[in-house]
Amino acid sequence: MSEKTPITLKINGRDHKIAVEPRRTLADAIREDCGQTGTHIGCEHGVCGACTVIVNGEPVRSCLMFAAQADGKAIRTVEGLAKGNELHPMQRAFMDHHGLQCGFCTPGFLMLAVGVLEREPQISDDDLLDVLSSNLCRCTGYQNIIKAVRAAAAEMRGAS
Amino acid sequence: MASRIIGQSRKRLEDPPLLTGQGRFASDISFPDQLAMRVVRSGYAHGRIVSVDTSEACALPGVFAVWTADDVADLPPIDVRLTNIKGLAPYRQYVLARDKVRYVGEPVAVVFASDAYTAEDAADLVVIDIEELPAVLDAAGETGDFAPGLPTEVIVIEKGYGDADAAFKTAQHVVSLTLSVGRHSGVPLETRGAIARYDAKHDMLEMYGAAKVPHWNRDQIAIMLGRERKSINLYEGHTGGGFGVRGELYPEDVIACYAALKLGRPVKWIEDRRENLVACNHSREQTHRIRAAIDAEGHILAVEDEFFHDQGAYVRTHGATVADLAAAMLPGPYRIPAYRAVGHIRLTNKTPGGTYRAPGRYESTFARERLLDAIAAKAGISPVEARRRNLLQKADMPYDLRVDTLGTKVVYDSGDYGGLVRKAIDATGWQTLRDAVATRRKAGETVGVGLAMFVEKSGLGPYDDVRIELSPSGAIEVITGAASIGQGVETVIAQICAETLGAAFDTIRVTHGQTDRIERGLGAFASRVTVMTGEATRRAAEALRARLLAIAAPLMQTDATQLTVSDGWIARTDGSGPSMAIADVARSIDATHGASSEASFESSHMVYPYGVHVALVQVDRETGGVTVERYLVAYDIGRAVNPMLVEGQITGGIAQGIGGALLEEFLYDERGEPLSVTFADYLMPTAHEIPPMDIVISEDAPSPLNPLGLKGSGEAGVNAAGAAIAAAIDDALGMPGLITRLPVTPQRLKAALAAR
Ligand code: FES
Ligand code: FES
Repeated sequence: MSEKTPITLKINGRDHKIAVEPRRTLADAIREDCGQTGTHIGCEHGVCGACTVIVNGEPVRSCLMFAAQADGKAIRTVEGLAKGNELHPMQRAFMDHHGLQCGFCTPGFLMLAVGVLEREPQISDDDLLDVLSSNLCRCTGYQNIIKAVRAAAAEMRGAS
Repeated sequence: MASRIIGQSRKRLEDPPLLTGQGRFASDISFPDQLAMRVVRSGYAHGRIVSVDTSEACALPGVFAVWTADDVADLPPIDVRLTNIKGLAPYRQYVLARDKVRYVGEPVAVVFASDAYTAEDAADLVVIDIEELPAVLDAAGETGDFAPGLPTEVIVIEKGYGDADAAFKTAQHVVSLTLSVGRHSGVPLETRGAIARYDAKHDMLEMYGAAKVPHWNRDQIAIMLGRERKSINLYEGHTGGGFGVRGELYPEDVIACYAALKLGRPVKWIEDRRENLVACNHSREQTHRIRAAIDAEGHILAVEDEFFHDQGAYVRTHGATVADLAAAMLPGPYRIPAYRAVGHIRLTNKTPGGTYRAPGRYESTFARERLLDAIAAKAGISPVEARRRNLLQKADMPYDLRVDTLGTKVVYDSGDYGGLVRKAIDATGWQTLRDAVATRRKAGETVGVGLAMFVEKSGLGPYDDVRIELSPSGAIEVITGAASIGQGVETVIAQICAETLGAAFDTIRVTHGQTDRIERGLGAFASRVTVMTGEATRRAAEALRARLLAIAAPLMQTDATQLTVSDGWIARTDGSGPSMAIADVARSIDATHGASSEASFESSHMVYPYGVHVALVQVDRETGGVTVERYLVAYDIGRAVNPMLVEGQITGGIAQGIGGALLEEFLYDERGEPLSVTFADYLMPTAHEIPPMDIVISEDAPSPLNPLGLKGSGEAGVNAAGAAIAAAIDDALGMPGLITRLPVTPQRLKAALAAR
């Protein structure tokens, strides 16, 4: 065991002052040290994308990043998507298009899709499919996830 | 008239917490002062344990305890839940290996520490000395010994009827095939987890992270720990996928419970993915030697199948289920005058096996449908015609197959198989599809179409109970002993309750998977919940409705037969006079508790939905790569409570079926070392590998065994996917019978092509 260093994780606009070992992953720190359990861990080796969060505007796999690397950066997780009781268009689209079953992969897909669409609102359908194929879902067969993200993309474009 | 809710694609009650990060999955549960548990697993496929040295691990700061088999010597092996077949008991698994290890990943020791990182560090310090023994890795090859006097062939299952020998003697042709399906598993995206704690004040042991069969697991843990069953409660939270594997009783669950008792602190165990791929049940791996006796026109006279089921290292909770179902369901939708199946359940030095979505049927459908394709080739007719000639007819229903499985007689309750084939063919635009394939082939493309059929089973009894409570505020709770593994149980049960009772859909909450809320329950497996729990719900709702109307009638100065209830309001059927809220009636019954009703549904027969899969594939002759371009499933579900959810079940199943057909496989080296231990080696389909899917939901054959006509849909999408894709690849290459093994990986297909 090595020494713990103090860091600040800014999650959804709130500061969490915590102390972590250098090896602690961002995913574990978000979940265990900051109590934000909406971010899920499906593999811990960077393949499934369930742990996707947005760090300084970029979707990242929080199981592949050390918590210390995110010190002071702006982190967004699924808990921050809705505004009060009003769901984000992406969340609503997942509900409308039955884009989730067990819901375990869902936070990762939501953050991936939101992160990419905010950065690149005009992304083509093909590129969007490429992006979505970097996360795994074992329940839905993806068809409804793709439908949901396309519908939300159209709405987000209209709104911006 | 009550408003129609059954049959509508209602949005799910389950979704809001899952979309907003408020889910409660196993790893989201924590208790103050909890210990993190880490399992130390065997690195050898087969060997004698010489010693386990825990001293260094124990000395690590933060480590609370390290256990080996001696510390759990009181605990019996984990029992078999399904299939009451004698002879399985000696092959059950102890929670920690005693003198031998029998697969890589077998729990040998367990560490309890202040946090998960420390527990993992300590686990690395446990030194296990093992004297390696030769591993048995091929269930269809030579058998070995599990223990002295116990061969690795656990049991042989035999089923059949009619005089197959005579048919084979006189047949015009005999078609024989050897076929195999690789080792797959459900691989839910959430790994397993168990959080146990002991409440000394109430002498109550609690476990969170339960799924699928909480009541059975509660009872079993009670027996294993020698406790009263009433002194243990299991709680199901959110479950990140089930697919057969999640929620069975595993060694880790029992150890966590035992440790919470013995160590006096809460214990939290969360599996990592590498563990999940070597320790959670595997499934599927079978080799079939199948043959058919046919006449000159391709009519089946008899089918005979000898198969070898690779059960892995131990018999687990499912007992002989997978092989039993494979043998019982192999005949499918066809008229087979004589049938014989001989299934060898054999142990190997691999991860133990259990069920995975459509257990035994993904495998036997592959065998049977490949056989039908071979019959077509032999008789010189098209695959579709070969099927038409052999299908059971509507007039044959109900059809007694003359075999049994899971303690029930297989009697197809209803079906119009030929009608569904027509629907599937119409929906694909068969002729246009064939023409397009022909044109593309002329242009040099390697494309083909495959079709496969199946009969599913669902709604396994023997019972389910439901209690409905209507509170004085008008809120309704439906309490069931079912479980949810993410398939939308709450929504479906709420729909049935809302329509039958005449309540508003959004006033209903559904409680499941909590052993302290209902006396007994069978959980969620075998696509049983919609049928069994659904019908129990309908009965309880009907009883409550009748009671409310009887109480309301005098208050509304009319006869109960003149009243109807809809959206939570009781009114006269002729629309005259005032209406009354059901909440008011509940209050008049009991101002504090409101009204409630209970009902059970018992059934000794399963129901039998059926389906057709059609796949369009393109093959790259250079690389051996196969792309599924389009997929169609036509499925007769009797009655769909929520078509959107049925479609979701089917599309999800198709994806798993495509995975099993083309990508997924647990491979081992010659010493039994697993090679598929990350998501980079065990390849599951991504959005890229899944084609556009068309789902045709048919309701032509409602089940006569329950009033709503319900059948289940959980396993429809996966069942025939291996068979349909294999047929499509054969068709693309113009080589009937080429595909004999799943998954069809690029390497295998290239090798098969090179061998031709
Ligand atoms: S948990 Fe991070 S990619 Fe799977
Ligand atoms: S909804 Fe279960 S893994 Fe995606």
